[in-house]
Amino acid sequence: MSSAIVIPAYVRRHSFIELDARARAQSLMDPGSWRELVGPFDRIESPWLPMQGIAPQSDDGCVVLKGTIAGKPAVLIALEGKFQAGSMGEVSGAKMTAALDLATQDSQNGKKTAAVLLLETGGVRLQEANLGLAVIAEVMASILALREHAPVITVIAGTVGCFGGMSIAAGLSSYIVMTVEARLGLNGPEVIEQESGIEEFDSSDKALIWAINGGEQRVGMGVADELVLDDAEKIAASVQKYVRAGLPQVPRSQQVELYRERTAALDTSRQIDPLTLRKSWNRKTNQGGAR
Amino acid sequence: MSEQVGLRGKAWFQAFTGKNSPMVGDPGSVLTADAKLGEDTARFLCVVPNPEARFPCAGRGEVGLEESYTLATRIREAIEQDKNGKKRPIIAIVDVKSQAYGRREETAAIFLATATAADAYASARMKGHPVIALVMGNAISGGFLTHGYQANRILAFDDAGVVIHAMHKEAAARITLRTVAELDELGHKIAPLSYDIHDYAKLGLLHKLLHVEDPDRPSQTTVAQVQKELIDAIADARAGSQDLSNRLTSPGAREMRKAGLAARARMEEQWRQA
Repeated sequence: MSSAIVIPAYVRRHSFIELDARARAQSLMDPGSWRELVGPFDRIESPWLPMQGIAPQSDDGCVVLKGTIAGKPAVLIALEGKFQAGSMGEVSGAKMTAALDLATQDSQNGKKTAAVLLLETGGVRLQEANLGLAVIAEVMASILALREHAPVITVIAGTVGCFGGMSIAAGLSSYIVMTVEARLGLNGPEVIEQESGIEEFDSSDKALIWAINGGEQRVGMGVADELVLDDAEKIAASVQKYVRAGLPQVPRSQQVELYRERTAALDTSRQIDPLTLRKSWNRKTNQGGAR
Repeated sequence: MSEQVGLRGKAWFQAFTGKNSPMVGDPGSVLTADAKLGEDTARFLCVVPNPEARFPCAGRGEVGLEESYTLATRIREAIEQDKNGKKRPIIAIVDVKSQAYGRREETAAIFLATATAADAYASARMKGHPVIALVMGNAISGGFLTHGYQANRILAFDDAGVVIHAMHKEAAARITLRTVAELDELGHKIAPLSYDIHDYAKLGLLHKLLHVEDPDRPSQTTVAQVQKELIDAIADARAGSQDLSNRLTSPGAREMRKAGLAARARMEEQWRQA
């Protein structure tokens, strides 16, 4: 018996999560098509971190590649979860916003340019507080401007997940792709426990966190589009599919009536069981995207 | 955090519109009304505390699920009604504690709810509605991202009760392992960390800081004063672009966001060569 039969594909896969932001970004572009813009050798760093005794990074934790995906013009913007938990600062936010705006300009000039966002982030970088919040508002505005012309595809692979203001940015995307190891939510469990008490959310209850924020739940309840394995080829195939799909009929963040009615139907006298919610929301019609 | 969150917003909403109750079918936490503002009829929106909130973590002036979907609905209603006519100004009266911090909210995907409201505000702006945020109390974190931060122009009261920030002070101190006193001291040296509205004004994000006498009790004089400022901001928004570029070209931004502007300039240069 050959090893190819014995070893399951999952073991032989190329893990995406084990890659850093730059390698993740490169693995999703058409080979040989891309160039990194404002990379580490441009040395545009956060001016605020050294003032607080924290080492900056020469790409500010944000990698921008311009090239093609599935043969179509695309820009890929990846946040490095290992640098300051992927948090958004003045420079990383400016890089993201500028790249999105340039994709919008190209799209308006006839060269439709999709954007892929790899979001591993806790949201605002608290050492840059108000500038972090401001750049997230600007990123949101730039996503919405581009989204009218070309798809904006958010990939959340893990293990940081996507939280805080950047979860709202994810919610504005045309499509969201998640792995089983990814989490997506506005407030992390620790924040809820701190603000509303341990009876509201016990942040040591890992099973509960995954049941609420995990990729399987978010895709299962229809607020994200596709669940993929932690496999670089499979994630690349999913991204290519959505680049080819173009714009969704109605972006999920414009399906106000559907979600308003669903919220009105919730029994709020007790906590909501995630699995029950998933079953009741998961109908074909409620999924965003091109379906 | 003050117990007064949302009360100032409610008082001014009533002064501008003559109304103090929600539209039919809306939760008690979102006030919406159309009212005369100069030559225009403007739509005013305000999130207020609601002791009878269905969601227990969204009763004290937080922006939760119902607040987000209601804001989105009422803004989209104005966009739809004005699609073939003059685009009415949309005024977000901002006095919001934060987003709602609850498990029910997370389970039911509050990230998407808040996105629908931000989308609606930005859609209105991109379709030519002048969108003005008038910050008169707290504008914290996800609360502000959802309700106000997509505006063409941001006005704020010049008052100690006005706090625009990414996180309230006690939590930020805890997470960055600092004392509140250390955080205050750092804020004086590092403007983006500050909780003082004068330091926030240095960042170049505000259109204008308004000094208003006795901001808790709007009077005929102060209401007329703020209405005039709103009318000026609306005219300025109509004359300007429909994106947020004014936040990057302001004198404050040129001084305080040098690194971000350098990154942007370099991106533009390299994009053309790539």
